[in-house]
Amino acid sequence: MAGVAAEAAAAPRSGGARVFIRRNPTIVIGGALLIVMLILALLAPFIAGDPLHVAPVNRLQPPDLTNLFVAGAMDRFGTDNLGRDVFARTIYGARVSLLVGIAVAFFSTTIGLFVGLAAGYYRALDTIIMRLMDALMAIPGILLAIALVALTRGGVPVVIFAITVPEIPRVVRLVRAVVLTVRERPFIDAAVSVGSRPRKVILRHILPNTLAPLIVQATYVCASAILVEAGLSFLGAGVPPEIPTWGNMIAQSRLFLSRAPWTVFFPGACLAIVVLAINLVGDGLRDRLDPRLARRMR
Amino acid sequence: MIAYIIRRLVATIPVMLLVAVIVFLLVHLAPGDPASVIAGDNATSDQIASIRAALGLNRPLWEQFAIWIGHVLQGDLGHSLFWNRPVAELILQRAEPTISLAITTLILAVTISITLGVLAAWKAGSGLDRAVMGVAVTGFSVPVFVVGYLLVFVFAIQLRWLPVQGYRPIADGLWPWFERLILPSIALGLAYVALIARITRTTMLEVLAEDYIRTAEAKGVATRPMLLKHALKNAAVPIVTIVGIGVALLIGGVVITETVFNIPGIGRLVVDAIARRDYPIIQGVILVFSGVYVLVNLAVDISYTFFDPRVRY
Amino acid sequence: MDAAAPLLSVEDLRTHFFTVDGVTRAVDGVSFTVNAGETLGIVGESGCGKSVTALSILRLLPQRIGRIVGGRVLLEGEDLLGLDIGAMRDIRGNRIAMIFQEPMTSLNPVLTIGEQIAEAVRIHQGASAADALARAEEMLALVRISDARRRLGDYPHQFSGGMRQRVMIAMALSCNPKLLIADEPTTALDVTVQAQILKLMLELKERTGAAVMLITHALPVVAETCQRVIVMYAGRIVEMAEVTELFDRPLHPYTRGLMSSIPRLGAAARQKRLTEIPGLVPDLRKPVIGCAFAPRCPLADDHCRAEAPPLTEHLTAHQAACWKAGEAA
Repeated sequence: MAGVAAEAAAAPRSGGARVFIRRNPTIVIGGALLIVMLILALLAPFIAGDPLHVAPVNRLQPPDLTNLFVAGAMDRFGTDNLGRDVFARTIYGARVSLLVGIAVAFFSTTIGLFVGLAAGYYRALDTIIMRLMDALMAIPGILLAIALVALTRGGVPVVIFAITVPEIPRVVRLVRAVVLTVRERPFIDAAVSVGSRPRKVILRHILPNTLAPLIVQATYVCASAILVEAGLSFLGAGVPPEIPTWGNMIAQSRLFLSRAPWTVFFPGACLAIVVLAINLVGDGLRDRLDPRLARRMR
Repeated sequence: MIAYIIRRLVATIPVMLLVAVIVFLLVHLAPGDPASVIAGDNATSDQIASIRAALGLNRPLWEQFAIWIGHVLQGDLGHSLFWNRPVAELILQRAEPTISLAITTLILAVTISITLGVLAAWKAGSGLDRAVMGVAVTGFSVPVFVVGYLLVFVFAIQLRWLPVQGYRPIADGLWPWFERLILPSIALGLAYVALIARITRTTMLEVLAEDYIRTAEAKGVATRPMLLKHALKNAAVPIVTIVGIGVALLIGGVVITETVFNIPGIGRLVVDAIARRDYPIIQGVILVFSGVYVLVNLAVDISYTFFDPRVRY
Repeated sequence: MDAAAPLLSVEDLRTHFFTVDGVTRAVDGVSFTVNAGETLGIVGESGCGKSVTALSILRLLPQRIGRIVGGRVLLEGEDLLGLDIGAMRDIRGNRIAMIFQEPMTSLNPVLTIGEQIAEAVRIHQGASAADALARAEEMLALVRISDARRRLGDYPHQFSGGMRQRVMIAMALSCNPKLLIADEPTTALDVTVQAQILKLMLELKERTGAAVMLITHALPVVAETCQRVIVMYAGRIVEMAEVTELFDRPLHPYTRGLMSSIPRLGAAARQKRLTEIPGLVPDLRKPVIGCAFAPRCPLADDHCRAEAPPLTEHLTAHQAACWKAGEAA
């Protein structure tokens, strides 16, 4: 595993954008979709109406995609059972999903990194940490998150925390595996033999080697977190129902599926597209940054 | 062999114990008074006090845990606040639909995914391979409830081929039972199929490049036995491992699928408990599902000896 | 050559590998024959095309990469390259069997030895499971594995490297093939075991009457076991002769190079790898102009570098592809 980061850095980058696109079609397609979604989410107040505005007169209006680029049109994606603008709610929903995905990816990889480094490097801690991780992994993630949210009552930060906890063990395992392989390599012995202290060895020699697999893992965690958040919201154990999220929208519209399928379709499709885009980027990064990890994970 | 099984079984005890500790601490380390959390929003102070006494919340934490784990080991998972009945009894009552859904999904998903994975590896690079990989990436990205509603909309509402939702016990007849499990199983199984098909394909690709496959071909072995007997058996260990790990996906998905299809199983029990803040039920179900996960993976561990003679026991 | 029709006749075989880096002409116009019951040695450095030639005969090239682009492979007059895959499978393991270099990885780790030997018998002789297993036991005894009946149920990891190669031989000979192709059968084994395995192979060959095509990089092995020898270089045959003739009067500078890298014939030299010829094997992805060996050849002149020498008969039943054949080095 050593030198993975170096290899990745040394990988041919010449040839310009066209070569990059041809060699990494998944990164380009997934990345483009993600950037579009991100821009839409950031610009939500400028391109979409009020997602919370209730207008019972306009309830269950079918979508009219010809109005897609007409600012202020209410029937771009139709309206839901309370006459709320499905387009606005979908765009605002992207904000929550992306925020949760990115935050969970960041926190779980950061925490997992330090715990994994500790487990891999200090033998005394290894058994305790890994047993604990085994136990955490044995608890179905969505149930653990349900319990945490139900206990502490809603709110986006709680949801982020609740999804982060069950994602940590996988990161810890990955980091620990990398550390164990790297620490067997001669340059670690060399560093120790010339008097480097363990903490310095970790920071200088082991940390860089965990970076590439960690970035790949972070994208997968991000995708998984968005799915779990949507699931939690859908079950009523996530973000409070008054905040528009894709999971909440589907949960609130499910009874109208036969009469107004668009109320379920648009948030569902966006959810699938965003997660697919992140997974595509993850697959591309994995193939590019870390072929050995690629073989182990697929 | 028996000794090996016993050793593996013993090895799961610390994991289960830690699971129990985590589940226990979930309530007791949460911000706020566990008794008022458990009692719910509209509880009177008398109710909170009685819960406090019932849970022994005035004792030291480890003592509370000892009492609780003692009850759990005797099959007492606590008392539902809403139903006012033992949690274990409620779980048993709701077990049949959940087990039916889990088993049908498991069987369908494992057969379909392994078939797809083997075919994709055999015809690597072909259109079939690309299609399988496409399904695998997509299947992993679309959430259970979106697939579920899509299936309901197309096959139940538009085409009217299958019932929209609900569950019929197997005692009512095989078809009425199975008919209502088809769409839920597909929705629940899609991500699982994606996961297993992907692993199967990768492992089979590696195995098919091995020297002994060339030996088999040099012997004149036909395609089917070459794939199934010579290659798949060698690929079995990674595949069953992922089948076991993927059960976590199924357990999480069951909760959502039962909500989408209105199946009165253990998943619905939990979801209803969320709204009612019926904490003992959530606790009990987590414990049971974690136990199932640990046992399934124990079975997977033991199955290694069956697939690979080199595994020492 | 023999007046009788040859058992196997390879005519102008061309096998190319198609990869992203370009087309490799691994075998580039090779013709030779194998007579019934004879032992033919094919010698050369790694990458000279000897193994690819063998795999081409059985059409076992890596799928989608390796392709036979020209030539014919006639087994008792029938062109194997024109057969459909079912007919080809009837020949593999039945009329032509093959032993590979790596005994450690060539046996399936999750199937019993008995099953792996019996399988060929079931496929090609339509034997019942019991009969096939009996035959497997007989074959195991024949390759001198003691306690054969009990060992049928063992798995490859319970055998040593030499024992596994015995199993491979048992497997290959179980259907009485007309031709046994042995691709470096002893290279991966301990020196002491190498001699035993070679001896066993030749003994069984005598007993079954099979012809053997022995592929090796070790000239001493050839000297001890073969009747005729083919020397290959860069995908082509550079010299072909009876074994004593070749060793007495090597015509091609490459053959002489191979020989001079061996201090003397015999057990002491058996391990020696042929690394003493200066220079490297040419890159077969690039077109070769002139004689492929010219860059490494002490005798090469402008003619050699401009035009490829054809394989021609210089002495009786002794062919070489060299403009300077026989010139003193």
